[in-house]
Amino acid sequence: MALSADEEREIRDEAANYPTRSAVCIDAMKIVQRHRGWVSDDALRDIAGYLDMSVDELDGIATFYNLIFRKPVGRHVIMVCDSVSCWIMGSERLTQAIATRLGVTAGGTTPDQRFTLLPIVCLGACDHAPVLMVDDDLHHDVDAAAVDRLLDRYP
Amino acid sequence: MVETPLTRNMRADGEAPDLQAYEKAGGYQSMRSALRMAPADITNLVKQSTLRGRGGAGFPTGQKWSFVPMGDDAPRPKYLVCNADEMEPGTFKDRLLLEADPHQLIEGMIIAAHAIQAEVAYIFLRGEYVLAAARLRAAIAEAYDAHYLGKRIAGTDQALDLHVHVSAGRYMCGEETGLLNALEGKRANPRAKPPYPQVSGLWGKPTIVQNVETLCNLPCIVERGADWFKGLSRTKNGGTKLYGASGKVRRPGLWELPMGATIREILEEHAGGMQDGVTFRGALPGGASTDFVTDDHLDVPMDFDELEKVGSRLGTGTMIILDDRTCPVGMCWNLEHFFAQESCGWCTPCWSGLRFAARTLRALEEGHGAPGDLEALEHQAWFCAPGNTFCALAPGAVEPLQSALRYFRADFERHITDHRCPWM
Repeated sequence: MALSADEEREIRDEAANYPTRSAVCIDAMKIVQRHRGWVSDDALRDIAGYLDMSVDELDGIATFYNLIFRKPVGRHVIMVCDSVSCWIMGSERLTQAIATRLGVTAGGTTPDQRFTLLPIVCLGACDHAPVLMVDDDLHHDVDAAAVDRLLDRYP
Repeated sequence: MVETPLTRNMRADGEAPDLQAYEKAGGYQSMRSALRMAPADITNLVKQSTLRGRGGAGFPTGQKWSFVPMGDDAPRPKYLVCNADEMEPGTFKDRLLLEADPHQLIEGMIIAAHAIQAEVAYIFLRGEYVLAAARLRAAIAEAYDAHYLGKRIAGTDQALDLHVHVSAGRYMCGEETGLLNALEGKRANPRAKPPYPQVSGLWGKPTIVQNVETLCNLPCIVERGADWFKGLSRTKNGGTKLYGASGKVRRPGLWELPMGATIREILEEHAGGMQDGVTFRGALPGGASTDFVTDDHLDVPMDFDELEKVGSRLGTGTMIILDDRTCPVGMCWNLEHFFAQESCGWCTPCWSGLRFAARTLRALEEGHGAPGDLEALEHQAWFCAPGNTFCALAPGAVEPLQSALRYFRADFERHITDHRCPWM
């Protein structure tokens, strides 16, 4: 496998922002992840080859950043804030409610590949705690009792 | 009348003013004025304004700029970086500035770039700020179309390219030198200082890193002058401040107030006091990595100097409130778990010490505490003190812990004697 034409074009566009070739590697991994859902070993090899980096060097960078997924994730990624303001406002209850409803623990993916549940650090919306994100959507003041209705919006 | 330069253009519906609306309100006039000024004069103006960094450390902004090599012999290109990696737990102020008035930030960045003669600028934005990314990109495109970015800004010889880098996570990216490594496409480990980024930063070139709120203050300083800016404050630290409160208060939120508003004023007048059924026990005044303050400190003005006098820091100015129904030990466990998880592992006191602290706090909270645990935690706090670590993560991490051990000692001890958390 190799980078698709779209992936390569998007990486080239971002690379124009930096003076060195390898600087774009984090953007490149995010671009490929957007297309393929996650960054597989094959994807890592494709990107490393394109940027003249070693696969190991790139993997060292990939595994540092929590928004780069080195394992497959579900169609929707739920990230529940577990930092201090949300914790005070009941994020543990909220995480538990979602975990029970989905039948997975934090880090897990549902058998139908619909959801992956992840903890996330402070989302910077502490005046609306507890908060979570599903994909790119931020949800405010989430009521643990109403998670069913919220998740229904993500088929 | 109380003036609110940072939030004056913000709309009630939360939409960002576009270029036309921003200019109609006087926007980009400060940029034009600044471009007519000599770079050194802008730096002097910012020095006189007493503006200090709003990202947490509070370093004097003009002084930071004065370390940048200037003149024809200076290394090129020089870089300006906006730190929009808002990840300090309990902090949500930059999100507002980014989402609700992106042109103000861009104008501030053009002014700062002119002052240090930077020709390339980056906004380092955390990945989860999706709306901010979209609005920044739209505003940057408008600014390029209007020739406020690119070559020959507003008809002058000044050039500036502005890029948005959307991060892939990790708290360490908010640390100045970790951020520079992340921008270069590396792991966000901190760099040893010196050399300081002002001299050798991004790709070894002179680089200034400033917080969003700091940069957003620049247009009004250029427009109204240093004395006016100082006059906005009730203390010796000039300007207004975006203060916030979260936790079990009636109206959590953000308010732009004169620098030096007291904790009581923010808590009672703006946040509406505590929710029914809970009472105030303490607060982290400026995000997760600041020392607790308690009832004794309610009348302390929230500024850099005054909070230091009571053993804490202004930090980001967004308070996290501890109430009597929330366990202080559990709160410390949550905080130290965060810091231990986010440690980059580069130096031992941080990766080892914070993990030890988090494990000990967990044991206390789960009823397995033992005599000597509190002394061991105090030792870890001392072990992670400034000077023992590469960067400020670990020293900041132990600030809430060391102060909680002091102010809530009896609660910690009860966890050991009762073999359980009294709040469970």
